[in-house]
Order: sequence, then structure tokens, then C-alpha cells
Amino acid sequence: MKAAQHPEEAAKFVANDARAHWHDQALWFVREKRDRMAVSLPEWEELRNTASQIKLHTVSRMADYLEEFERNATKLGAVVHWAKDADEHNQIVLSLLQKIGAKHIVKSKSMLTEECHLNPFLQEHGIEVVDTDLGERIVQLRDEAPSHIVLPAIHIKKEEVSETFHEHLHTEAGNNDPNYLTEAARNHLREKFVAADAGITGVNFAIAETGGLVVCTNEGNADLGVSLPKLHIACLGIEKLVPKAADLSVFLRLLARSATGQPITTYSSHFHGPRPGGELHIILVDNGRSNLMGSSQFRNSLKCIRCGACMNTCPVYRRSGGHSYGTTVPGPIGSILAPSRDSKQHKSLPFACTLCGSCTDVCPVKIDLHHELLEWRGEIRKRGQLPMSKTVPMKLTSWMMQSPWLFRFVGAVGRWFLRHLPRWAIYHGLNPWGKQREMPEAPKQSFRELYQIHESKKASDE
Amino acid sequence: MQVALFIPCYIDQLYPRVGMATLEILERRGCDVVFPSAQTCCGQPMSNTGCASDAKPLAERFLEIFAPYQYVVCPSGSCVSMVRRHYDEFLEGRPGFEELKGKTFELCEFLVDVLKVDSWNGAYPHKVGLHSSCHGLRELGMGKPSERVGPAFNKPQRLLEMLDQIELVKPQRPDECCGFGGTFAVAEEAVSCMMGGDRLRDHLSAGAEVLTAADMSCLMHLQGLAKRKEMPLQIKHIAEILNESEAKS
Repeated sequence: MKAAQHPEEAAKFVANDARAHWHDQALWFVREKRDRMAVSLPEWEELRNTASQIKLHTVSRMADYLEEFERNATKLGAVVHWAKDADEHNQIVLSLLQKIGAKHIVKSKSMLTEECHLNPFLQEHGIEVVDTDLGERIVQLRDEAPSHIVLPAIHIKKEEVSETFHEHLHTEAGNNDPNYLTEAARNHLREKFVAADAGITGVNFAIAETGGLVVCTNEGNADLGVSLPKLHIACLGIEKLVPKAADLSVFLRLLARSATGQPITTYSSHFHGPRPGGELHIILVDNGRSNLMGSSQFRNSLKCIRCGACMNTCPVYRRSGGHSYGTTVPGPIGSILAPSRDSKQHKSLPFACTLCGSCTDVCPVKIDLHHELLEWRGEIRKRGQLPMSKTVPMKLTSWMMQSPWLFRFVGAVGRWFLRHLPRWAIYHGLNPWGKQREMPEAPKQSFRELYQIHESKKASDE
Repeated sequence: MQVALFIPCYIDQLYPRVGMATLEILERRGCDVVFPSAQTCCGQPMSNTGCASDAKPLAERFLEIFAPYQYVVCPSGSCVSMVRRHYDEFLEGRPGFEELKGKTFELCEFLVDVLKVDSWNGAYPHKVGLHSSCHGLRELGMGKPSERVGPAFNKPQRLLEMLDQIELVKPQRPDECCGFGGTFAVAEEAVSCMMGGDRLRDHLSAGAEVLTAADMSCLMHLQGLAKRKEMPLQIKHIAEILNESEAKS
């Protein structure tokens, strides 16, 4: 099956102008909140530098820190598992659940388990998984994927949430009051929390020095999910590591401000080993990450703390919606991560970008996102995955531009045609520029011709 | 002071008046301006499409053509950022390359940083919206992007503020991308045009009569959209505004 490409998916999203503008506004609102919060810290740029350096250092000594983390987490009584890919990760989770005969699972937000497609895998094995983050629960009930890593249901309007809840949770039809709907979800989730056999969480930060984990949520659902059942499974990508507990003082300040414009996430829950009488299993997942570690071009992307700020600021993401990227992590960072797994399938993503650089300036850990996207374009060309519709015109233009007389000639002919051809010969299906835009007006003389006249006039004046 | 004009290919062919405005501004300031006629294109379209091998010979030609001059000045932030930020891949270590990077300037940068212009003899009695083109803003650092924390500055804006009677309008989103993005404008036509439309409406609602920028490529896209939609907005490169106002005075 041919994978859907970004331009086509984006065009579908844009076709609904009102919705695309509503989506853009919703995310811009978050971006503005983030700006206000960033400006409130005069040391913001210094924090970004520090965070970037800590992360780069961690990536450069990843193996050592992972071992240190494993040692310390084990000392605290946790069991550490290693998974090289999504399949291994899912198998480990399944075997842990089967060991205790768990049938009902509550899961707090984790993009890693989305990346591994854990939910459908567990459901195939007869295990019910309930996402307990409100946004995630909404998309789960609608049988959709999250469209944003921090705001998974940002693409859904409250009227649609009302319909979904009416269908699944039997709320009053047509009641769109957010308080009413949230209350309904809360009651529904409470039943699920109470009945759960195990709780799965993602992880925001794993601390090598202590073997502890930090999970940040705004709804407290991670804590609720792991407080009643005996088994807590924490799933984390290896890039979530930080060396020291003191590093949290940098990252916790940056994370929520960048993500949602809050000074700090409502709940920053620290887990140091299992609770008394319980079990804590930590699964460290690679799934392609160590490939990035070895790549000088793309190593920086491993610094990502998954705040989603690059999505909120990206003018393309805001207008094309998260689903148009066809990946678990969309937006600028997703467009770097996805091709590293499968560049053929995701070859259009590094081009879903104007290289405006706003993502790079907003990134709290200073990933040079738009430069990495540009690098990916070159890589896709090198791998022979760039379509001929792009390679051939570029080759021809380069050839023409190496010869000034040819450039002058083609330019003059082009301008003549632009001035003299009838409208239908210029504006047609093969000219995407002209679909919604006028072509530039072609002047009779080029700059170099006007310059010649200017020079001769100057000479005759002297 | 000797200045070689670096006129981007599309300005040469489609917007010669922008090149002429640049020339006149510099000459009026006593610069000895020349236009090396062997120049064509800096290679940015190829480079941004991932076709580095097609951009390389153009980068090499660029070095050869412009190395002999004291300064290189160009009325396009985007093309200058190609030279200063992206030529390393092709030219690192070549004799004269480090120098070339240091002496290649976008026009507003050159006026503010090299010629130290601090007043402008001219009036422009219009409401003007300044579109801060991304490459000039973020790659060349011609202003503080809205995402960054620190003292605000913007070199093109500073120049415009020197004009008498000009009224600069404030769009809601100070420096959002217009959606041009080179081949993006064609490959992602739908998003590109939506972005451009949004940019135009933002400036129009702020009261702009004239929309300007230090990059003609953004303006080419915005002008195409504005013209099709018959928006009451004049589109002018900043060099044209600066030159017109000064020539009249």
C-alpha cells in the first residue's frame, strides 16, 4: 500500500477552511501562553543552553548512564527490562500482565506506547487498556490516534466530544458544557481506576543518579493509575534519561512552559522503586534511538523532551493537523524522527516545512530542528527517494544557472511568454503556483539590462 | 567603499526595480557599486530540495565571482543566509571562503551594521506592515524572533522608523512565516496559500496600506495571493520604500 504523503493529507485538512483556522487559532493560543511564560523568566535562554548541554552530554555517555540508572533502579527494588524494538517492548508488557492474570489496565499518557502500538496488541490478547488522560481517552473512544503529543485531542471540538461521550458514556445528547463533559469522563475513569489490575505509565525523566522516575501530568491520572493496582509498568524511551536529580530543576521549568505555557505541570510525580507490597517494572526501549546516537547529523534530535512546542509554533502543523503526518510524533520533531525509522515511507515529511526556523527558536533543548529537516532532505535525495518531479527540474536549473548567457536567454524568453501568452496557457492544472496566486508581472527588461543602461549613462555624464 | 551587488536570479528577471533601488541607495551613500555580470543563482532552490550536488557548482561559481570584492550586498535575507549559513557544506576550507561569509550582507544589515546609518532623509506618509521574513530574521539574526527572550531589535524596522510620516502597523502575529518556503510553495500549495492568506489578512486588519519585507520571494508569493483576491494592499520591497522616500526628498 502506498503510504499517504503529507501534501495530499494537508490539502484535505486545509480544504475545510473554518476547521483549519480553528485548529491554527487553538494552537497559536498555546504558543502565545508559552511566550508569556518564557518571557517571565529572564534567564530563559540560559536555561535552554543548560538543558541542551545536559542532554548532549547524556547522549554522549548514554551507555554509562543507562547502566547507572539500571543499577540504582534495581537497588530501589524495581525490575529493569531492556527492549530493542516495539515488538520486544510489547512482549515484555504482555508477559508481565499475563503473569498476574491482569485483564483490565489503566494507562497514563505515553507516546512511546503509541509508537509501539501497545493498545491494539494488548487488546488482541484479550486485555482491556483504558487511556486515562482525558484527551487520550477521547481519541481512544473515537478510535483515532492522538494528533499531538501533549494535546492529543486538540483536533476535536467540544461538540464532537459531546457526541462521542453521548455514544459511549451515555451523557446527555447535545450538552456541550466542558464542565459537564469533564465530570462525566472523571466518573467514568474513576470506575476504571478502581477496577484496574495494573497501571502503565510513560516517563518524562529517568534519573541515572537515583534510579528514580518522574511522570508529569496535569490530571494526576498517572498517580491514580498506579496507586491501587499492585503492578506498575513504566515504559520509557532511552532518551528520557538525565544524569542527576538536580537536572530536574532545569527541565521541569522548561517542560511545562514550553508545552502548555504553565509554570510547572500540575503533578510532577516521582517514583523511586515500587510502593510497599507492589511491583515496579521499568522497560527501557530503544526502537531506533541508538541509530540516531551514532549519527552526527541527527543526534541532536535525541535531546527532545517531548514538550510539543515545535508543533504549537509550526505554521504548517497548525494548518495541516497532526494526522496529516501519519506518524505517532507529528510536526517538526516527528518529521525528523520518522524518517530515521523508515525514510521511504516518510519521505515527504522533511519537506512539510518552509524552513522558517521557528521550531528551532522555540525548542527548550535547542534542537536545530529546521537544519536537521534540511539535512534529511539531502539524505532522502542520496537514498534515491526523491521523486523525479523534484530531481529533474533541480538538475536542469543547476545546469542552466552555470551558464550566464543561457540564464539570460531563458529568462528573456520566459518573461516574453509571461507577457504574451493568453491566460489559459499560463493558468492551468499543471501550474500549482497559479491555482490561488497570480504570477509575477514580467518586466520588459531584466536588472542586468537596466544596470547596463545605468552604467552607460554614468559614463556619458562623466 | 567597493560593493558588489548580489542580485538574486528572480529579482534580476522579475523585480529589476528592487535591484535598481538597492543600487541607487548604495550609490547615494558613496559606495562604488558594481554588478558582476557572471552571477546567476546562489543555489538555494537546489540545496533546499536536498539536491546538494546540483547546488555545489553554483556555490563554487559564487565564490569565484564575488571573492575579489570588498563587500557583497544583496536585497534578500534568504539568499544571503544561503551563503553565510549553508555554503560551508560546499566550500569549507577553500581560499577566500571565510572572508566571503564575513563580507556578504543583506541590504538592511549593511546599512545598519556597516554603513552605520542612523537617519534617513525622506518621508513615507503611509501605513506600512513589515513582514519579517524568516531567513533574515532567524538565520541572519536581523531581529529578535518572537520565540526568543531578550532585548527586542529589528534592523529593517529600525530603518523604516527613520522615515518621516511613516506609520508602522502591528499585526497580531509579529513574525509568522508567509508560507513561501521556495519549492514548498508549489509542493505544499494548499498550506502555503493558507499561510499567505493569513499573513495578508493579519496585516490588513492591522491597517496596512503597504506591505513590505527585506525578501522579495516572500513578497512574490504574498503579492500573487493579494492580487488574485484583489486585496487593497500595495506590496513593496523595503529597498523600494527607502529609495523612493529618499529620492523624493
